[in-house]
Amino acid sequence: MIDVSSLTFAYSGHPPVFENFTWRVERGEAWSIIGPSGCGKSTLLYLLAGLSRPTAGTVVIDGEPISRPRPRSGLVLQDHGLLPWATVRENAWLGLRIRKFYGPDNRHAPADARVDDPDAGRRVDTWLRRLGIWELRDQFPSQLSRGQRQRTAIARTLVLEPDLLFLDEPFSALDAPTREDLQQLMAELHTETGLTRIIVTHDIEEAVLLGGKILAMEGRGKGGARIIENRCMGPEAVRNPDGFQRQCGELRSLLGSLM
Amino acid sequence: MKRGVTLPSALVGLLMFLVIWQVLAWVVHRDIMPPPARVLPIFFTSLAGELGRHFLASAGRVMASILLAVMTAVPIGLGLGQMPRIDRVVSPLIAIVYPIPKIIFLPVIYVLMGITDVSKISLIALIIFFQILVVVRDEAANLHPELILSVRSLGAGRRALFRFVYLPACLPVVLTALRLSVGTAIAVLFIAEQSLTTYGLGYYIVVETYQILLYDEMYAGILAMSLLGLLLYFVIYGLERRVNRHMAREG
Repeated sequence: MIDVSSLTFAYSGHPPVFENFTWRVERGEAWSIIGPSGCGKSTLLYLLAGLSRPTAGTVVIDGEPISRPRPRSGLVLQDHGLLPWATVRENAWLGLRIRKFYGPDNRHAPADARVDDPDAGRRVDTWLRRLGIWELRDQFPSQLSRGQRQRTAIARTLVLEPDLLFLDEPFSALDAPTREDLQQLMAELHTETGLTRIIVTHDIEEAVLLGGKILAMEGRGKGGARIIENRCMGPEAVRNPDGFQRQCGELRSLLGSLM
Repeated sequence: MKRGVTLPSALVGLLMFLVIWQVLAWVVHRDIMPPPARVLPIFFTSLAGELGRHFLASAGRVMASILLAVMTAVPIGLGLGQMPRIDRVVSPLIAIVYPIPKIIFLPVIYVLMGITDVSKISLIALIIFFQILVVVRDEAANLHPELILSVRSLGAGRRALFRFVYLPACLPVVLTALRLSVGTAIAVLFIAEQSLTTYGLGYYIVVETYQILLYDEMYAGILAMSLLGLLLYFVIYGLERRVNRHMAREG
């Protein structure tokens, strides 16, 4: 589904964050990207999301080279990015309103997007319920906890029914119970829908919990990466805690060697 | 204005205003300070006639100025807020021009633009323009980059960002800037209308009443101009409360 070939990215006047990077993601896969800070894992995600442009090389998703955000890709950032002046429900509607604003033009909205879908309201409400924020639908972001804001941001993205989901350290600012709750939800969603997902994290357990495959990137300027096949993600991690711990240990020592 | 204005509090304020006016009229006891009982009947009857036409002329000029200022200052402010490199170049210029009282350009504008409504409107628009330009620029520059990125990832291009992010983000500060500059705008209007026009409250107060010693009628004009300022202030204030509903419920 995603083909990254010979990708190089450098901020102007700086040495490249990574160079000549090639990578492939199949449909339905769940990936974690992990690595020391400054290794370019978030940069890579922004390139996939079409929010920055590579210095050289290409990102191709579903046969289309990426030069701008792709309508069917969803993105959740660490800082939720909600509109402060809109309620939870209005924020969850935002993507649909933007699609309606442009119409199904295949640039801002998918070519087959139904912009006047009578079921849209119900879909929004279903996601608000699923994420446990239905009771908060008329509140403003300033009235919510961090976790509730992040749930709203996730609902806003999932309402658009993406076929590819990018998450950039989505849970790292949350307290432990909220984080585990949302990780659990992400694991369930993947089992249910088979949504292709890439999550950037610096948390080893999160990487193992949510990544069927783990891309471990080398420290800044080295630009290499290793791929780990992980058999202990999601529900399997609960069934097999020893295997999960072993996998975490392996990843930890690998990361140590990549620093 | 922290405390909200309610109808009873507005009536109490009005009553106090009338009482103080009455007391002043007794104390001064000259033609230049007529009591409200003499002025108010003239005000209400003439507002339906000649004074009303002066009122509408002035109101039209102020609103045209507001419109002109908003339509130019908001896009430029948004542009500067989003393009820090250009902003760095022009911001010293803005900082120098911003505090200059624009009324001093009155003669220049008259000569350059002619003695028409356009020149009066432009002068007032110039005052409001800078007030709005500065706050919109700062507001646009202070928006979280994460907010812009995540809304872009929902499919928003430049137009949708403008419609769904920049416009609602700067609307509250535009209204606040307008509310605070409407007083200055009317003061300048008063001066600009004193010459070279035949309609407008400034003309009515100075030329049609004051200069021929019709003090009661002059006060009707003063009341009309106060009413214009008051109306604009509270209309903008009401709009501000509506767009700031997410702040009202905070905490």
